[in-house]
Amino acid sequence: MTDRRLTRLLAREMAHGLRAGEFSARELVEAHLDLVHATDRGLHAWLFLDEEAARAAADLADARLADARREGSAALDALPLLLGVPLGLKDLVVTRGQTSTAGSRILEGFVGPFDATIAARIREAGAVVLGKTNMDEFAMGSSTEHSAWGPTANPWNLGRVPGGSSGGSAAAVAAYQVPLAIGTDTGGSIRQPAALCGVAGIKPTYGRVSRYGIVAFASSLDQVGPLARDARDLAALLQVIAGRDVRDSTSSPVPVPDYLASLPEGDDEAAAALRGLRLGLPREYFGAGMEPGVEARVREAAAALESAGAEIVDVSLPHTEYGLATYYLIAPAEASANLARYDGIRFGHSSRQGDVLANYLATRGTGFGPEVKRRIVLGTYALSAGYYDAYYVKAQKARTLIKADFDAAFERVDALVAPTSPTVAFPLGARTQDPVAMYLSDTCTLPVNVAGLPGLSVPCGLSDGLPVGLQIIGPAWDEAGILRIARAYEAITADAGWRRLDPADLPALDDPKTPAPGLPAGTAV
Amino acid sequence: MAALSRTDVEHVAFLARLGLTDEELSLLEGQLNHILDQYRVLSELDTESIPPTAQVIGVENILRDDVAETSLTPDEALAGAPERQDDYFVVPVVVEGAD
Repeated sequence: MTDRRLTRLLAREMAHGLRAGEFSARELVEAHLDLVHATDRGLHAWLFLDEEAARAAADLADARLADARREGSAALDALPLLLGVPLGLKDLVVTRGQTSTAGSRILEGFVGPFDATIAARIREAGAVVLGKTNMDEFAMGSSTEHSAWGPTANPWNLGRVPGGSSGGSAAAVAAYQVPLAIGTDTGGSIRQPAALCGVAGIKPTYGRVSRYGIVAFASSLDQVGPLARDARDLAALLQVIAGRDVRDSTSSPVPVPDYLASLPEGDDEAAAALRGLRLGLPREYFGAGMEPGVEARVREAAAALESAGAEIVDVSLPHTEYGLATYYLIAPAEASANLARYDGIRFGHSSRQGDVLANYLATRGTGFGPEVKRRIVLGTYALSAGYYDAYYVKAQKARTLIKADFDAAFERVDALVAPTSPTVAFPLGARTQDPVAMYLSDTCTLPVNVAGLPGLSVPCGLSDGLPVGLQIIGPAWDEAGILRIARAYEAITADAGWRRLDPADLPALDDPKTPAPGLPAGTAV
Repeated sequence: MAALSRTDVEHVAFLARLGLTDEELSLLEGQLNHILDQYRVLSELDTESIPPTAQVIGVENILRDDVAETSLTPDEALAGAPERQDDYFVVPVVVEGAD
């Protein structure tokens, strides 16, 4: 098998091939590193690679595989599923001895003194971490253009954004640089880039995955989750990271089911899960600003689910229109508090000038990028004396109403299906001048964070040659339910022509003359 | 919900300990007011009898066992410090005349 063919495998196919001895974990990691080296100049999905650590982890996986093979098939079966499988971490996952910048100059050169809980769990599961992926600074953005280290391109069209903030993770998975990646989702930052890059991504229920060691953005909204190329691979990685962690007091003791066990191999069996299921189509999610091509693909997907036996029900989430304002008050308010820790004294960038106050002003003024400063000022204002009730408390009350909308909907339906993003990937630079236009990228995803619910995005076809994402939203803790629907949708569309299409600009990424992605001349962020 | 003046932006940026240039303050004044306009929609909502929601999953006061564990060594904790002296972070002067 040639190197490039190895990178086309799904994570579970890699796991199978490793156990069958078809290739080694070392061969697998070399194939992926080669592809990253050959293609990442034009993509810029990665901020940091630790090839030495990746090779060492692969060799360790090979040693465990060899031991198990000697012991017999029971020992091979007992190995962790992701043993030897390459993976990328978003640049805000702190790992011991490696850099994490969260896409920010204020963390330039920061080396983690400990492992995030999910990083430790991923390592225990035997997965091979290649490095850290690009992101909007502190996860604030919907295009990865707010990275202090330059934007990531979309492998479907290198002049377009990959979405954000987990744009590096989504682009890397779409371009076959890794089969799996970790993202975080505060207002859509896993689902929206997954949709724009034509891959799958799930934001678990708030509290499902530990955030210990994840650089914080908005603490009542942030969740960690996987990106992959299909629902079963999502389930495999979610299984590794989900569950209570004593180091994160907001992680929940709700038991974690066996996600993969409920996702059948066979397409007929998977599709059968739709029979008798009631799926709600929230009418407010098909509002102004939605591209006709996106709406058409999502309605076709709903029709396909219906003809496979699901009942499609029209539902209303009447407070959807307040989602944007609610989110953009709560998230900046929490961010302004979280980001107070960047003081230029204990870690990270420091201007090292003047007294303590002058040093704060200079360090934070030069260390943070424009979008982060915008949100810190916005959040500080919303929390300040005289405005706290008018803005912050008002948003928290609106949050109650938005959550109640979902609670009422889930009395009637098992899950909701909706667009993930109102548009396909937009051109680099198109929204950087207008923060509100950028914020509107997440109108279909942020109410889900406000309500703390699980949501995922899977590809559902193309519009203008660019991927469209189908969002599936479930009741709290029902990741298994929405993964089953995603798996069923994959089964009933397994023969669709668009499933066989590669991202159109993969050949350009292989051309060493392809330039690094950049914003068009004259656009500032 | 009143509009933000340039002085307001300067004041809030100072509260947030952000040193901003004149250009940044001018740009922010326009952008923040445009963003605040988006929030006006919330004033349509009658929330008189609606309680605020701070968190959504109903988990309360889960504490871990009060057991001592191995923590970071001083060297590990100080490894990222811009400036250290012995086992301490160096903090710039807080009070004039203090040394």
